[in-house]
Amino acid sequence: MAPSAGLGLKPQHFEEALASPADGVWFEVHPENYMVEGGPRLAWLDAIRARHPVALHGVALSLAAAARPDAGHLRRLGALVDRIQPALVSEHLAWSTWRGAYHPDLLPFPRTDEALARIADNVGRVQDALRRPIAIENPSHYLAIDGHEWDEIDFLEALARRTGCRLLLDVNNVFVSARNLGLSAAAYLDAFPGALVDEVHLAGHSADPALGPALLVDSHDAPVDPAVWALYERLIARIGPQPTLIERDDNLPAFEALLAERERAQAVLRAPLQEAA
Amino acid sequence: MTGAPITRVTHAPGRLQRFQDGFARALLVEDCAAAGLAPEVARLAAQPAFAVYRNTVMKGCIDALRANYPSVARLVGEEWFRAAAAIYARANLPRHPTLADYGADFAGFLAAFAPAAELSYLAGVARLDRFWTEAHAARDQAPLALAAVARLTPGELARTALRPHASARWAWFDAQPIVTIWRRNRYPDSADDRELEWRGEGVLVVRPKAAVEHVELDAAACAFLDACAAGRPLADAAAAALAASTATDLARLMAGLLDAGAVGGLDILAREPEEHSR
Repeated sequence: MAPSAGLGLKPQHFEEALASPADGVWFEVHPENYMVEGGPRLAWLDAIRARHPVALHGVALSLAAAARPDAGHLRRLGALVDRIQPALVSEHLAWSTWRGAYHPDLLPFPRTDEALARIADNVGRVQDALRRPIAIENPSHYLAIDGHEWDEIDFLEALARRTGCRLLLDVNNVFVSARNLGLSAAAYLDAFPGALVDEVHLAGHSADPALGPALLVDSHDAPVDPAVWALYERLIARIGPQPTLIERDDNLPAFEALLAERERAQAVLRAPLQEAA
Repeated sequence: MTGAPITRVTHAPGRLQRFQDGFARALLVEDCAAAGLAPEVARLAAQPAFAVYRNTVMKGCIDALRANYPSVARLVGEEWFRAAAAIYARANLPRHPTLADYGADFAGFLAAFAPAAELSYLAGVARLDRFWTEAHAARDQAPLALAAVARLTPGELARTALRPHASARWAWFDAQPIVTIWRRNRYPDSADDRELEWRGEGVLVVRPKAAVEHVELDAAACAFLDACAAGRPLADAAAAALAASTATDLARLMAGLLDAGAVGGLDILAREPEEHSR
């Protein structure tokens, strides 16, 4: 089946998502929100899954922490994967849980040999536990960190080579990071290994309330920016159609508004086929 | 594409751990300069953009508490709530990433929180919001039907212990109408402008089917459920209810609890329980 566009799903939109007739639409959720013993949340997700493909996009395995993934968390993720049979499981190149405390964010780290060895070990443990490869997402950057030993794309490629993991390319993260660190988003995307990409993310960002447009925040609270759409079109023209997600976590609009953004991504994914016809 | 760059500065192992110790600390301290952070982290914390991480972590915690304690927030107002939640979060980061479960001991925090001293009912209201959260996410279980109890022989009945439903949470509040205050703030659309009666109240919060429901209980019913939760047979649960209120109609009490879905199962004990006087 041709790769199609999906939507990040929030509980506020469950009813409309369930009834959505959109052709090929799939939904992505954060598994952490469904790690409960029972009740309406799981029932909703089961109902969505009965009608549409679902991807699980984790935010809390803390793969870049200098520690193994929490055993209880990994067990709960495994149970959810068994239950939902997701089309894709993904996580972030970041850490969040440290010494028993969960920091609800995706935190950065210096890309060193030590970090690569640790993350590769953690990714391997997760893939062994889930008995499937996972896709790792490129992070958003805000800080200039001293002492990176690795370029980010090289680091992700080496991680994939060592573990067999796949990559999730978030175009908005690339745009935000490039702006914040003074790099070229287009150059990053042109160098990204398309053959390793299993999914593409698109989301909105916003200017930092204190520092203004000099600092963009990956806030997922706005429509996808026109500049990000342009980068996305350029990427798909180069690497070919890939499953693409519209992410929205805050300041939720009507479901139809998200469907319209999803339709735009769908049109980009169809474009190369139309040219070939 | 080749992976590793040609020249490489190799840092001592343990750098990642030191980085994370420092970074996690810098997220929470007010004054990074005074916190004695490792130079690598201090340089990051000094960048204005470091605030993005601090703000995101705090917003994540506060938003989760706001979602889990809506009645408390409605009582104290958004500004007061977010300020109190920030103090709680700094001292009590989530222990696991399912934020729908965050803040299990927020009621205890409020009970000891000096600025809330005048609002003596606030911790009780928080406890009931927590009941709702726990009932919502509890494992699914079909409630025990009244018929299952009705068909027991008198001999079996004496040896029966009722198991509370997996989602059932209940409490008796001796001195204050906590349940009415909670209900009016949890469900503000339900019209109820009667004057608040300053008396004790009890409640059962339970999810017998898809939705979380609540039923007012008297002190006897709460004592009865306490005994059931402790695994005591019906005779003991009945004695506990009568001790709370001698006027208790036991048949009506049990029928009411079964009808509300408060019971998840029953165990018929092997023989007459021994006297448990000590």
